[in-house]
Amino acid sequence: MELYDKTALEIGRMIKNKDISCREAAKAYIENIKAKDGELNSFVTVLEEEGLKQADEVQKRLDLGEELSPLAGVPMAIKDNICTKDVLTSCSSKMLYNFKPPYNACAVEKIEAAGAVVLGKTNMDEFAMGGSTETSYYGATKNPYDYERVPGGSSGGSAAAVGAGLVPYALGSDTGGSIRQPCSFCGVSGIKPTYGGVSRYGLVAFASSLDQIGPIGKDVRDCAEILSVISGHDRRDSTSVKGFEYDFSDSFDGSVKGLKIGIPTNFYGEGLNEDVKTSVLGAAKLLKDMGAELYEFEMPVVDYAVPAYYIIACAEASSNLSRYDGIKYGYRSNEGESLLDVFVNSRSEGFGMEVKRRIMLGSFVLSSGYYDAYYKKGLQTRALIKKSFNEAFEKCDMIISPVAPTTAFKIGENITDPLKMYLGDIYTVAVNLAGIPAVSVPCGFDGKGLPVGLQLIGQTFSEAKLVKAAYAYQQNTDWHKRAFEKMKGGSL
Amino acid sequence: MILDIKLIEYLEELSRLKLSDEEKEKVKKDLSGILSYVDSLNELDTTDVEPMSHPFDFTNNFRKDEVKPSFDRELILKNAPKKKDGCFQVPKTVE
Repeated sequence: MELYDKTALEIGRMIKNKDISCREAAKAYIENIKAKDGELNSFVTVLEEEGLKQADEVQKRLDLGEELSPLAGVPMAIKDNICTKDVLTSCSSKMLYNFKPPYNACAVEKIEAAGAVVLGKTNMDEFAMGGSTETSYYGATKNPYDYERVPGGSSGGSAAAVGAGLVPYALGSDTGGSIRQPCSFCGVSGIKPTYGGVSRYGLVAFASSLDQIGPIGKDVRDCAEILSVISGHDRRDSTSVKGFEYDFSDSFDGSVKGLKIGIPTNFYGEGLNEDVKTSVLGAAKLLKDMGAELYEFEMPVVDYAVPAYYIIACAEASSNLSRYDGIKYGYRSNEGESLLDVFVNSRSEGFGMEVKRRIMLGSFVLSSGYYDAYYKKGLQTRALIKKSFNEAFEKCDMIISPVAPTTAFKIGENITDPLKMYLGDIYTVAVNLAGIPAVSVPCGFDGKGLPVGLQLIGQTFSEAKLVKAAYAYQQNTDWHKRAFEKMKGGSL
Repeated sequence: MILDIKLIEYLEELSRLKLSDEEKEKVKKDLSGILSYVDSLNELDTTDVEPMSHPFDFTNNFRKDEVKPSFDRELILKNAPKKKDGCFQVPKTVE
């Protein structure tokens, strides 16, 4: 059975109507994984037996008349930095090459309670540090559009798996663009939720004040459904927000009439690929034709988001990753006599180069003598960026921007130049610094036939409004469907 | 900001990492490049700007101090590279 072109909600309906069983759905996707993932390398772990068993259990619950979510029985995958009980959660690092958590992340508990069928864990940049999924201990994931190119990162495995039709949806995490940018490179949709919207309990920490778990799917309708399931207050995450629930009931009328959309003109200047610029501004024009109002203004301080982000993210990472010592779990070096030797050797052998670089950068900006000039300056810049967004959202409901300055680049092209790689995060990191939500959707193709993505950025907890605009856009375009049509023709 | 090897070695120590000479040179070059770019922040006037360490303005979020069952000892030790008598095992630390 061919299901790769169906959305998660369509498959959920087919299961509910008994057109297919949960096992049939799982089997169809396991076949796709087996056929394609040898080359694509989007999975670290494939759960064939466990997935089929879980499918049968969900089927039993449905047959007994249990009310489950519209996603019940639909196969999916989980990024490998989200803890899954007794299933390898490696963060694509040698450091956690054998780590099987004794518990599930909150988002995993919630999605499984809703009837998800987990088919595996997806590849990523090591500890989510990267924008290309090339820093993985398990080798680079390929872009489904062009196997010589990267899928983006760090949730590159999740986005490539959805983009190639290996699962209808997946969970990712976004610290500085790690959901949105791979979505843009792989032609799929994703949401980086408001900070505090989804519990981080069981998400392996990279930068705790920036990390959020979020959905990656074929369209924004699916993403909204997934976000409804995984969000909500959780006492095990002290930064999880109380008393808020997403309500998407008004998000699917297909209208953008009266919505005020801001265009920060400095986002469209130097360094932005012309094809990307044309596609994103074309989308803005379409939204205007559909009834939205466009406003142009400048947000100059956002030009400083990348340096501020790398100071803050690396500082937090250097602290968070100090837990990896070779004692309690994960990789332990056999070399060395003393306790200190065990720490140093385990860390030096267990971490890859990008992780080491970021830990050392973090140690530097936090070290005495440099703290004020770097860490404090980064936090002050963050405050100015937040203020700039607050001012923008007094003028408009949301901002439209590119997700990344380019489309997918070639494997190996940027990996030797970390600064060049970091500059690719120019449009995404400010959103994490401000703790606000953004939706990423496909909006065209470049001259090489590679997907282009746009993001809609909104005020804290305005996801319903962002989804409304993105949904209306997807009702009037078919960029998000093109890949799956190509697959039908056998050309992808 | 250009870093010298002495500073790189200090950062190794702070980070509990040991790099090869070749890696040290690479990190020195990479971090110097990154920090030179980061120094562009000095163009921004941040006088009297309150540093923002977190997206939301809150300090502590305490829960009630209640006794609750935690993970089983065996379960937690399952992932330990070395264990002995129900404990994590480490090299001898006191003479």
